[in-house]
Amino acid sequence: MFELAIHASDVTVFGSQTLVTATPLALAAFGGVMCERSGVTNIALEGIMLTGAFVGYAVAFASHNLWLGVAAAIMAGVLIASIHAILSISFLVDQIVSGTVINILAVGITGVFYRTFLETQQVQGPGTLPVWSIPVLSQIPIAGPILFQNAFVTYAMLVLIGVVHFTVFHTTWGLRTRACGEHPRAAETAGINVHFVRYLNVLASGALAGLGGAYFSLQQIGEFLPGMTGGRGFIGLAAMIFGRWTPGGAFLASLLFTASDQVASRATAAGIHIPPQFLGMLPYLLTIVVVAGAVGRSIAPAAVGKPYRKA
Amino acid sequence: MTAALELRGIVKTFGELRANDGVDLAVEWGRVHALLGENGAGKSTLMNVVYGLTTPDSGEIVFDGRPVVIHGPQDAIRLGIGMVHQHFMLIPPLTVAENIILGQEITSPPGVIDLETAGRQVSELSQRYGLEVPPRARIESLSVGVQQRVEILKALYRGARLLILDEPTAVLTPQEIKGLFEIIRNLVAEGNAVIFITHKLGEVMEVADAITVMRRGKVVDHTTPQQSTPADLARMMVGRPVLLRVEKKPAHPGDVRLEVKGLVVHDDRKQVAVDGVDLDVRSGEIVGIAGVEGNGQNELVEAISGLRPAVSGQVLIGGRDVTRRSAKSRLHSGLSVIPPDRHRQGVILELPIADNLVLEDFDQPPFARWILRNLRAVFDYAAALIKQFDIRAAGPAEPTGSLSGGNQQKVVVARELGTNPEVLVAAQPTRGVDVGSIEFIHRQIVDQRDKGLAVLLVSSELDEVLSLSDRVAVVYRGRVVAILEGEEIDRDRIGLLMAGGAAA
Repeated sequence: MFELAIHASDVTVFGSQTLVTATPLALAAFGGVMCERSGVTNIALEGIMLTGAFVGYAVAFASHNLWLGVAAAIMAGVLIASIHAILSISFLVDQIVSGTVINILAVGITGVFYRTFLETQQVQGPGTLPVWSIPVLSQIPIAGPILFQNAFVTYAMLVLIGVVHFTVFHTTWGLRTRACGEHPRAAETAGINVHFVRYLNVLASGALAGLGGAYFSLQQIGEFLPGMTGGRGFIGLAAMIFGRWTPGGAFLASLLFTASDQVASRATAAGIHIPPQFLGMLPYLLTIVVVAGAVGRSIAPAAVGKPYRKA
Repeated sequence: MTAALELRGIVKTFGELRANDGVDLAVEWGRVHALLGENGAGKSTLMNVVYGLTTPDSGEIVFDGRPVVIHGPQDAIRLGIGMVHQHFMLIPPLTVAENIILGQEITSPPGVIDLETAGRQVSELSQRYGLEVPPRARIESLSVGVQQRVEILKALYRGARLLILDEPTAVLTPQEIKGLFEIIRNLVAEGNAVIFITHKLGEVMEVADAITVMRRGKVVDHTTPQQSTPADLARMMVGRPVLLRVEKKPAHPGDVRLEVKGLVVHDDRKQVAVDGVDLDVRSGEIVGIAGVEGNGQNELVEAISGLRPAVSGQVLIGGRDVTRRSAKSRLHSGLSVIPPDRHRQGVILELPIADNLVLEDFDQPPFARWILRNLRAVFDYAAALIKQFDIRAAGPAEPTGSLSGGNQQKVVVARELGTNPEVLVAAQPTRGVDVGSIEFIHRQIVDQRDKGLAVLLVSSELDEVLSLSDRVAVVYRGRVVAILEGEEIDRDRIGLLMAGGAAA
């Protein structure tokens, strides 16, 4: 038999792990929000994160500087995203095809480079990003350690909820972005350069997903492993849909998904055997339910996924 | 006095097609200049050139006395050229104020939108021009008439002095059209210039100061409403004399062929779109449905054709209840349907004409035996219909997409009438079709009526309903608000009913 006593420390650990593991999902989802709000589907987020994780680690390893690694992960994300932008915006390639190509490319390239250069290294890795406890705030019971005792990528993610929300809904850039995602022709007749807006948003989504990649290799374990993103980019997209294309909603959806992971691992530890595959299905099942329930209420940007051709 | 806009020798080709073939045009300040022509005459291409949406191959644009080069809408906006497109360029989930300021946002601090001030400016602008709009309402919640006002305000907000209106009356009620003309007159009274693109002769006669007629990419004539009659204008547009009124004998209605009883139908959003409609159409008569688009007409047509389930009520064809029958079985029990949107529902553009002509019977003898098609029979049949319906095409094997809009529509009409149906539901049968083809299609429908066909005509062109129908049912918000016959069929009265005015 097992005990069901719940202590404050359990809640803290549960909450903290939920938040920390939600970090890459939320970052991918924010990238999705920027990208899709401008009218470009980005299923390449998974591949972008993986590339970010690899490049971030490789640079940190070579330079012995974790911060250079983080910057490199972001840059790599932007670079890979630019392939998606060029293919899908300038060359009007189907966005799903372009995204799939990038995902496959990312697995291949990072795998090859890992085996060629990193796997055989016997040297000490660069370590992980430090945990910063924010004075005073981290002393708040329960919430303090959860929110204010984290490493860089998680803090960045929390700040970005607000930043992305403000950008999308309160700035000139956000209004133009939403216009391009809903009705690009109308945006163009209003004097907006649709391709420019879409390019920058795709690049921004690359930066966000690249940062998400840094979480895996530089914050979580301090090492790169092939395929280490393990589909989290796709779950991030699911979180974006679940969160109705808003950063706040996407963040909460990410928490929901990772919380269910936490429940699953605790249940297993407590002797309840739920096959992990079932819990792994949960984000996708929830998303299917939400998307199915939302049919007819058309909440996705109307022009998402459609290449825009100038007249 | 300097001209507002002068175009000299504008040429624009799309592949083989010379959409604009050396067009000259001069528009003066303080005038309404109508640009008249059939669909495909090159009016919209010409205006897209002026607004910077397409780049001309050659030619010169002079705006307010100065030669200009317009690379994109930004350039046009900067010069003071505004355009209201036929399909509104508004973003449905955004608010009126957001749509108006888009591209020239009011910010404070820089980069951050100040919706407060934006809303105030929009209100001021709308009061100044008498164009009332709710600044905070989302576009999708507004009627098309109000949306059009937003479009005009959007252009004025950008400082437009030359306003191009592309087919602005297509979606308006007669009363809303009067309101629009009022606005247009106010704008030119302030010294602005308006270019009014249309193919409706009555509107040109009513509102234009000057008229330019285009045909096949060329300007065929410049004139004024004082110097010409509608018949003259029609002749210029088409290149030959045209019968503007459909000549038809009095109807001799027979038995009821199509009956709709208490029909309730939902739209895609599960809202009631058709709200308890009762209708009957007899053999040998044309019943017209008049109404502003979006008052349940499409749902009614789809429910009759079997493409959309009836929530309650009945549809009877030739006395048989077909409410629960499939679309295919309805087609085989004597129903023919000309769908409202030929590209979405009428023809498959990639397929040859012959295949489109047998789209409903390709799997039946004589066009097929077991699983094999009889292409010989298909092509013979197609060749006969192409001749009978005067479809201008290279032959039955030509892809339907390479035909003009009018000829594509003739393919639909030929297919639907070629099966000798008992009931024809004709929805927007002449939308996007040239005047010559309109005349032909109307003739076919009336001839078939005289031979005993029961016709339900659904059209957003009130003129079409008025000239073809023996009886007119006016719909408003999914209900039939009146059925008028003979003397009662009166334009103003129908206009009021379409706008939701009580039956007078």
